[in-house]
Amino acid sequence: MAEVLVYVDHVDGAVRKPTLELLTLARRIGEPVAVALGAGADATAAVLAEHGAVKVLTADAPEFTEYLVVPKVDALQAAYEAVSPAAVLVPSSAEGKEIAARLAVRIGSGIITDAVDLEAGDEGPVATQSAFAASFTTKSRVSKGTPVITVKPNSAAVEAAPAAGAVEALAVTFGTLATGTKVTGRTPRESTGRPELTEAAIVVSGGRGVNGAENFGIIEELADSLGAAVGASRAAVDAGWYPHTNQVGQTGKSVSPQLYIASGISGAIQHRAGMQTSKTIVAINKDAEAPIFDLVDYGVVGDLFTVVPQLTAEIKARQS
Amino acid sequence: MSLRIVVCVKYVPDATGDRQFTEDLTVNRDDVDGLLSELDEYAVEQALQISENSDDDVEITVLTVGPEDAKDALRKALSMGADKAVHVEDDDLHGTDVMGTSLVLAKAIEKAGYDLVVTGMASTDGTMGVLPAILAERLGVPQVTLLSEVKVEGGTVTGRRDGDTASEQLEASLPALVSVTDQSGEARYPSFKGIMAAKKKPVESWDLEDLEIEADEVGLEGSWTAVDSAAQRPARTAGTIVKDEGEGGKQLAEFLAGQKFI
Repeated sequence: MAEVLVYVDHVDGAVRKPTLELLTLARRIGEPVAVALGAGADATAAVLAEHGAVKVLTADAPEFTEYLVVPKVDALQAAYEAVSPAAVLVPSSAEGKEIAARLAVRIGSGIITDAVDLEAGDEGPVATQSAFAASFTTKSRVSKGTPVITVKPNSAAVEAAPAAGAVEALAVTFGTLATGTKVTGRTPRESTGRPELTEAAIVVSGGRGVNGAENFGIIEELADSLGAAVGASRAAVDAGWYPHTNQVGQTGKSVSPQLYIASGISGAIQHRAGMQTSKTIVAINKDAEAPIFDLVDYGVVGDLFTVVPQLTAEIKARQS
Repeated sequence: MSLRIVVCVKYVPDATGDRQFTEDLTVNRDDVDGLLSELDEYAVEQALQISENSDDDVEITVLTVGPEDAKDALRKALSMGADKAVHVEDDDLHGTDVMGTSLVLAKAIEKAGYDLVVTGMASTDGTMGVLPAILAERLGVPQVTLLSEVKVEGGTVTGRRDGDTASEQLEASLPALVSVTDQSGEARYPSFKGIMAAKKKPVESWDLEDLEIEADEVGLEGSWTAVDSAAQRPARTAGTIVKDEGEGGKQLAEFLAGQKFI
């Protein structure tokens, strides 16, 4: 059976959920061979094997942290040359897309980004994507070279499928471009303890109607009662009420959770582009004419400052 | 010293319009107004700021690949303050995907001459976000991408990249490629004076022959990817909407419980 390279997104050996989803999709088109780079790469093997990786290629070197992106491309290319896979799958993070794109140029292949589903086809893997703020669904394939495809989080269920997962060291030679962009400083983002926005099963977002950074507490409290991530509209981010890393929309993150709760968000096209593929959509807004209500499964026309705390209290009451 | 900056911009269908695909499954550009991609305005803005903060003699060229109408995007960038423009236009470019477009841009950037290339983080139509990395790979220069802050001084570009897990400070020597996010700073509005001045600024037109690119390397036929189908998402069935009369939060909790979220 053809081998499929899966690029592993992990933090010090802890594999992030989108990579496990990728393994599920990779099994539809071949045998997954995982590529894990950097500190803790070896530690990823057990969980990757549990989810179907027949092999785990690992490499660590200071270049991966001291320079931007390119050293990882060199490593993925080395894995590509070692394996000659039928496809290369990479998680659709900002960095993942850059790594995939540069690899595609080097190996003379086409690239598809932000796939939300993947299946085997007669002429290679067929990727489903959303276009035009998720108003269209397209099916595409790579027609030149080995398909390089990046896949959005929440695109497949994580399935256990034990495989050998034999760890092999990957030999990497860094090219002259690898040391082009130096990382001179790194400030880790403080963990909020909440799930990562793009990976979360539930997202609770606040917008202009939240009316101040100090009021985001009620959005966070609702999120915490549901074990959800917190999102924000561009208006709320531009006003400085919430960090840009939490922005949902065209210029921020695109999310596709099981449940999306929009509070005080009107639903401009910019925002809809980032959340329209959510499975269940709920909105709370005092403006009955807000376009967000066109998208909802359930909407409450009312003041979020009374509705949200009441909802949070009710959830807590039902859980206890 | 002089600094040559090339800013890549894209003319895109207005996202607030009713965007559709044509029969050959390319983007329909006829029925929706086009404009300079908002995310590219940030790139133009940063190029202008680099110029204003520089002691060097800076020349800013804006570059686009697209049909005749795409000149509008160049005019906008010129009226913001860019010095000159290059428009790559050729009938054979219809349906070119990101690999082909990046090939055309790379050749045009090399022909124009550059020390620094500046782009937006993604286009607002395709939204792939991979073009900057591909261009850096094709040009063989450092990629200094997704910057929320950028500075150029003494042949070095530095910037801040805000990622999911960390905020990184980056540094590279020129020539280099920079992409900026919408957090890099509000783009200026063209002044009346700027709009008038833009009319007199040079706009060069190049075609595939000028760039020594064969027609079969680009276009729909030469594309590295193929779109097999595009279907409009079915309209969502109308949801339940209630007016809060004191119990709105509780009613919503009841709905969430019914859906097994609680």
